[in-house]
Amino acid sequence: MSLHLQNEAEALGQSLPPLLAEAEMLAATVMLGEHGRRRAGAGDEFWQYRPAHQGDPARAIDWRRSGRSDGHFIREREWQAAQSVTLWVDPAKSMSFTGGKDRAPKGERARLLALALAVLLLRGGERVGLAGLAQPRAGRSQVVRLAARLAGDEGDDAGDYGAPQTEGMVSHGRAVFISDFLGPLDAVEAALTRAADRGVRGVLLQVLDPAEEEFPFDGRVVFESMTGALRHETQQAGELRSRYLARLAERRDRLTGLARAVGWQFSTHHTGGPAQSALLWLYRALEGGR
Amino acid sequence: MFMIGPIGFLTPWILWGLVILPLLWFLLRAVPPAPIRRRFPGVALLLGLTDEDAETDRTPWWLLLLRMLAVAAAIIGFAGPVLNPEPKQAGNAPLLIVLDGGWAEARDWPRRVERAGMVLEEAGRDGRVVAVVRLTDQPQEITFRAASDWQGRLAVIEPSPWLPQNLEAWVDRFPAENFDTLWLSDGLAHPGRDMLAGLFADKGQLTVIEGDAPVVGLHPVAFDEGAVVVSASRLVGQGGEASLEVVGRGPDPSGIERELARATIEFTGDEARAEVKMDLPPELRNRVTRFEIAGLRSAGAVTLTDDSLKRRKVALITAGPQAEGLQLLSPLHYLRQALAPVADLIEAPILTALPASPDAVVLADVARLTAPEEAALVEWVEKGGLLLRFAGPRLAASDVSRYEEDPLMPVRLREGGRALGGAMSWGDAKKLAPFPEGSPFFGLALPDDVQIAEQVLAQPDPELGTRTIAALDDGTPLVTRKFIGEGQVVLIHVTANAEWSTLPLSGLFVQMLERLAISTRPAQPGARELAGQIWVPEVTLNAWGEERDAGEVAGVPGEELADAMTAGPGPAHPPGLYAGADRRVALNVLGAEASFAAAEWPASAQIEGLALMPEQSLKGGFLSAALIALLVDILAALWLGGRLRRLGRGVAVLAVAMLAALAAPQAQAQDATGQQGAGQQGAGQQETAQQGSTAAGPQPGDDFAIRATNGVTLAFVKTGDPQIDEISDYGLRGLGDTLWQRTSIEPEPPIGIDLETDELAFFPFIYWPITADAPLPSDAAYVKLNQFLRTGGMILFDTRDANVASVGGGSSEGQALQRIAAGLDIPALEPIPEDHVLTRTFYLLQTFPGRWAEGTIWVEAAPADAAQAEGVPFRNLNDGVTPVVIGGNDWAAAWAADENGVTLLPVGRGAAGDQQREIARRFGVNLIMHVLTGNYKSDQVHVPALLDRLGQ
Repeated sequence: MSLHLQNEAEALGQSLPPLLAEAEMLAATVMLGEHGRRRAGAGDEFWQYRPAHQGDPARAIDWRRSGRSDGHFIREREWQAAQSVTLWVDPAKSMSFTGGKDRAPKGERARLLALALAVLLLRGGERVGLAGLAQPRAGRSQVVRLAARLAGDEGDDAGDYGAPQTEGMVSHGRAVFISDFLGPLDAVEAALTRAADRGVRGVLLQVLDPAEEEFPFDGRVVFESMTGALRHETQQAGELRSRYLARLAERRDRLTGLARAVGWQFSTHHTGGPAQSALLWLYRALEGGR
Repeated sequence: MFMIGPIGFLTPWILWGLVILPLLWFLLRAVPPAPIRRRFPGVALLLGLTDEDAETDRTPWWLLLLRMLAVAAAIIGFAGPVLNPEPKQAGNAPLLIVLDGGWAEARDWPRRVERAGMVLEEAGRDGRVVAVVRLTDQPQEITFRAASDWQGRLAVIEPSPWLPQNLEAWVDRFPAENFDTLWLSDGLAHPGRDMLAGLFADKGQLTVIEGDAPVVGLHPVAFDEGAVVVSASRLVGQGGEASLEVVGRGPDPSGIERELARATIEFTGDEARAEVKMDLPPELRNRVTRFEIAGLRSAGAVTLTDDSLKRRKVALITAGPQAEGLQLLSPLHYLRQALAPVADLIEAPILTALPASPDAVVLADVARLTAPEEAALVEWVEKGGLLLRFAGPRLAASDVSRYEEDPLMPVRLREGGRALGGAMSWGDAKKLAPFPEGSPFFGLALPDDVQIAEQVLAQPDPELGTRTIAALDDGTPLVTRKFIGEGQVVLIHVTANAEWSTLPLSGLFVQMLERLAISTRPAQPGARELAGQIWVPEVTLNAWGEERDAGEVAGVPGEELADAMTAGPGPAHPPGLYAGADRRVALNVLGAEASFAAAEWPASAQIEGLALMPEQSLKGGFLSAALIALLVDILAALWLGGRLRRLGRGVAVLAVAMLAALAAPQAQAQDATGQQGAGQQGAGQQETAQQGSTAAGPQPGDDFAIRATNGVTLAFVKTGDPQIDEISDYGLRGLGDTLWQRTSIEPEPPIGIDLETDELAFFPFIYWPITADAPLPSDAAYVKLNQFLRTGGMILFDTRDANVASVGGGSSEGQALQRIAAGLDIPALEPIPEDHVLTRTFYLLQTFPGRWAEGTIWVEAAPADAAQAEGVPFRNLNDGVTPVVIGGNDWAAAWAADENGVTLLPVGRGAAGDQQREIARRFGVNLIMHVLTGNYKSDQVHVPALLDRLGQ
């Protein structure tokens, strides 16, 4: 399972360029021993010009600078340090729902997105961890670990709806919450508040099945939650559609409001659509914060 | 059996099940459809929402109705409904099956026998004893026997060619015990029928079955004012318009019986009898042996013609030029008067009259005949002619047959003659003696007023006694007769006018002529004419109107025959042709005055039609209706429960289609069990359904057809070898470009066709490259190809091997071509002649190269009689476009050019190669021109003639 998930995620992650998280809070997030070397490396910011040595590739030469003197100079950039990103994927039962045989359950899609994002981030040199499951670390090996944790996270004893975890979240780091957000929103609000307290910014991605968005039911139906704890019986399911959709929209508005209040971003992804778009959005949201 | 209308039920008690329907209504109404349990994470959002309308926990009324109908259909189905159940002859008394057995039933006799057989079978099952009676038989004792005894006998009973006659005679033949009766009647009132029907009604249940075929019959034909009158009768009181086709049949000159005349008898209004006059030339009329109503197999629909219809041709010949004199004194006047109504007269010189093959020649006072006339007459008489001579002053004055017996005189004559009863004679005028037995005139009554005043006398020869067939009361011969070969010569010793006797003025004269078969009576012979002879049947009719050789049937006395003529034929004298001594009379099924009256039955009789609606079980139909209703119910319940939406519309459509498919074979199966007519109707519906489906909307082949018919489209046969197909495509494309540039033919891009699937009719021209491994087209493709060739299409066969034309198919491609062409409808071929129209349809050509230049091509052979036209170098070959052109020069390769007009394949070398390619293109232009314009270039051979006619 984990291997399968890893393969799929890597395949998805390969189609995007490497990502460096915006180094906004760079100094604050640098972990000891790993940052502040003030030396040339991979980065975007200018660091220094230095004379070209034997062995430097010709294309590394900055011709504009070299033109002003007799020697050849090479433009060096400052090495930029990595960001810590904490992922949380809802392990609750509600995520195992799928509205159609040909569609993967929401949870599967959520884990896929999370891992793909992790792969991207790790390739960009970021540190990625799982809230409550794995400390943020960089490196290729972290992908494997994350995949294993994610796969093992499908708990049988989970409740109907999950609450976002903030444990292991690095201060001033980044966080990604992937869930259907159909459970009580108070837990989400609390988690966001805690995260904001620690200076963490991030994104909320709501993964929904198209069936949940369209409510294609009619006639006499007894609705049950995935564990069977909640029940609702109706004679005319079709009559409920508009009211259900209204409630769903209201919930989404509230989530958007919550996210905006703490500087987070919120979006909805449907399992009926391609995962790529969701990953792209996640990537951009983490990158730009806009 | 419990019946509702035409539907009976085999197990009616099951119908009590319908009582539970209201109960079911309440039960079903109380139980709403079960809810679906559905896992749904969004339930959290639903909590607290209430239904706005809680009414639907009851089943909707239409669903209830559907279920009721389903259950009702099932109950009715299991009760065994039967449409038009076979009527049962209930009871266990002995059963008498009465068949009228006359010709009137011949039309539907098999159905009658079948019906009687059904009743017989049922009686056998019920253990009833049965008797079968045919009323046209002689009355006989009736004994009831087991039904099985009758089974075999019933099958061989045939109708008689007469109607039941003496029904009263049957009355005391029936047993005293009670019995039920099934009377298969022809619906006509026969004498004594009421009595018999009353008897049957008294004895038990009388069931009468009447056929629905109308009874019509033809009366004996009459002759009226030169026209044949055919009259037909139908049932009195049967109104309405009707028309009958009457056909006269007889042998044609070669003796083969065929239709000689046809007319239509129209019944209008309520009339029971109608007639039609047929004006037939004597040649035809004398040949007609019978008239019949076309398409009706019944003795009543046939009337035989006898001698009464035959009009003899009589040549009247008198001596010398017509004398100026009074008409009444003309020797021929009385003969004309006597014969004109009944015979066709020929008045012409002997040698002119004889080739018209008269039946009789009358020589009125002709003495001398020229030698050729005499020879011709003798020959004619020997072949069966009847020469009737009258005496007269000339004969008396001549010395014909004076000393030697003239070949054309029955006796020798004494000189002069004698006059009796005149002013200068001793005796009175003589009267006739009664005709002796053996004379053809025997039996004719002698009128008192016939007096003979003058006559020629016969020499007393030894044979005179035998030759005399009529004499005066003093024994003097008056009429003598001599047989020559097959014919005879009759001399009447008086004149044909009233000069010598009053005989021509009397009715006896006419009767004598009749007896001599010189004339025939137009009307039916009366009892007097028939009496005194035995009439032997030659041909008899059976009930279906077919003629049978009478064989050794005994003769009938004339009196009985005369009775039968009015009363109709019977067992003793079946209908047919009866031959007497010198004539034949027809005894027809219907007399001249006969009419049909409908039978009337006692009130208690149960009357049924013969046509039984075939029994048809409706059980399957009802049960499948129930099944279908239940299937619909499933769908409806799913829909109500919201389960159907998830399946999507596709499933619903599929389900409806499935229902339709399920219903269709059901209808077919029902039809198959039903009668044939219903089956045809079902098939018809199916057919219309198919037509409907074909008519609706665009069809799969439409775009192909539209592409092929956008303009002139050249086609090539796809060989399956992509390279060859590509060359063919480019070749025709290049040819099309050439045509577009040089001629007014502007072809569309070529189309590759698959012979098996594509329609060929759109193309005027098909290029068919033959590969060595070319597969044989299927039979269907051959049909299409032959149709294509026959309707003006042309196929250019190209073996692409450059040698088939010269050595006749030595290469493997050539053999493939032979294999393929074996199934094609190709006319005889020849190497293209120099003056073939293909050499000048557009360009003047003599060679037809493609990529190869060798070898000629083969086209349809010119007719062998094609002649060189005068003044032009061509033969007259104006017919037909050759349907095939066969060659091996790989033309497509020479024509092939890409979109820019760049040639694809090399042809020859250098300038010569270019020239060859040009000629190849010209051949292509000529070929397509030939296909599209046909042989019009050939018509130029007429130009000199046209110019000539225009005066230039």
